[in-house]
Amino acid sequence: MCLAIPGKIVALHEALGVKMAKVDFGGVFREACLEYLPEAVLGDYVMVHVGFAISRVDEEEAARTYQVLREMDQLAELDAGEPPEEPHEVP
Amino acid sequence: MKYLDEYRDQRLAAALVDEIRRTVTRPWTLMEVCGGQTHSIVKYGLDELLPAAVELVHGPGCPVCVTPLEMIDRAHAIARRPGVMFCSFGDMLRVPGSNGDLFQIKAEGGDVRIVYSPLDSLKLARAHPDKQVVFFGIGFETTAPANAMSVWQARAQGLANFSLLVSHVLVPPAMTAILDSPSNRVRGFLGPGHVCAVMGWSEYEPLAADHRVPIVITGFEPIDLLEGILMTVRQLEQGRATVENQYVRAVTRDGNLEARKMIGRVFEVCDRAWRGIGVIPQSGYRLRDEFRAYDAERVFDVAGVQSQEPAICISGQILQGHKKPHDCPAFGAQCTPLTPLGATMVSAEGACAAYYNYRGAGLLAH
Repeated sequence: MCLAIPGKIVALHEALGVKMAKVDFGGVFREACLEYLPEAVLGDYVMVHVGFAISRVDEEEAARTYQVLREMDQLAELDAGEPPEEPHEVP
Repeated sequence: MKYLDEYRDQRLAAALVDEIRRTVTRPWTLMEVCGGQTHSIVKYGLDELLPAAVELVHGPGCPVCVTPLEMIDRAHAIARRPGVMFCSFGDMLRVPGSNGDLFQIKAEGGDVRIVYSPLDSLKLARAHPDKQVVFFGIGFETTAPANAMSVWQARAQGLANFSLLVSHVLVPPAMTAILDSPSNRVRGFLGPGHVCAVMGWSEYEPLAADHRVPIVITGFEPIDLLEGILMTVRQLEQGRATVENQYVRAVTRDGNLEARKMIGRVFEVCDRAWRGIGVIPQSGYRLRDEFRAYDAERVFDVAGVQSQEPAICISGQILQGHKKPHDCPAFGAQCTPLTPLGATMVSAEGACAAYYNYRGAGLLAH
């Protein structure tokens, strides 16, 4: 129910004085109300819940977190002691 | 899809599980607060990947589940009135009241509409001035700004044929109720990511400090959830109890100030009954008095409708983390998603429905 999905703003407009955006969710397009994120601009990723953008996806934070996780993955591999096997070539 | 696929990476999930395994030295019980998190955890089997010392219990954060039966019955009483167009999110339509569900009312000729957003119900009100359009405004803090905007816009647009049936609940008072229970087992919380996208996390800080319980604001994808569990377990192992934010890409300390401002303009805090739990003081929103003309409970005079829950259901115990779905004798027998007896089976995000849908056969033998 509290589902919010990240999508990219591809167009901006107003309807009856309300700030709205067209948002691309991986190829599915929907309208979203932008009244709670008036600073959002074209190309921003926003989290949309029941037709309202409620937060902007912080791209730097997303990239940083992901990098930390990837590094942990590599460390875990070192910890495991055995090097990853080379993929065998199928004749 | 960007910001979704990378958070479902199996290698990263395995690395996180390994790190949790290395970190934990004794048993801990954690609760994920939000029903969306419960759904992801059970769907991806994350709880089954964890070391046995880390137990997840499922919290009360499914608004469909905790909407009291009498509120469902009030909704149905309104939807049955001639001249009413009753609008709702799709997941409320299957929820049975004391006498049928909204699908049945629709089949019997009631004008029941599924909408994606409360703003869609305003469009319907503009297009059908001869109808009384009612929106079933349920939800947690995440949904409150959207429902508040519908009333705010109805007034701004001079729409006299729109009203909101409000059944709004708040997360922190429910967490307090769980922690205050003498039989509480929860030692750490995965906080509700999207609730905090709106509200921020400052109101969770006194909870963490007063109850000595770590709270990690957590997202909804498998990687988010596993990282949230790791952060919570680290705090517990180190003897810390603070609020931390795993979901940094979507949540800031203050949340969404514009949305919070609109909530404050339209709603005020009130006592609310939670299905399966009972009344929790100061745990919900109602419309401020200046918006009473948009309050469907007053417009249709249904506040007196009372209802009786089935006695066998243990959903209250499940919603507070005391029991699991398979502890209930009715689970999978009298009580299924098609014939739900109580709160946690009525919505796909309820713990019982998630267990039934993803683990049904295995648990029935229990």
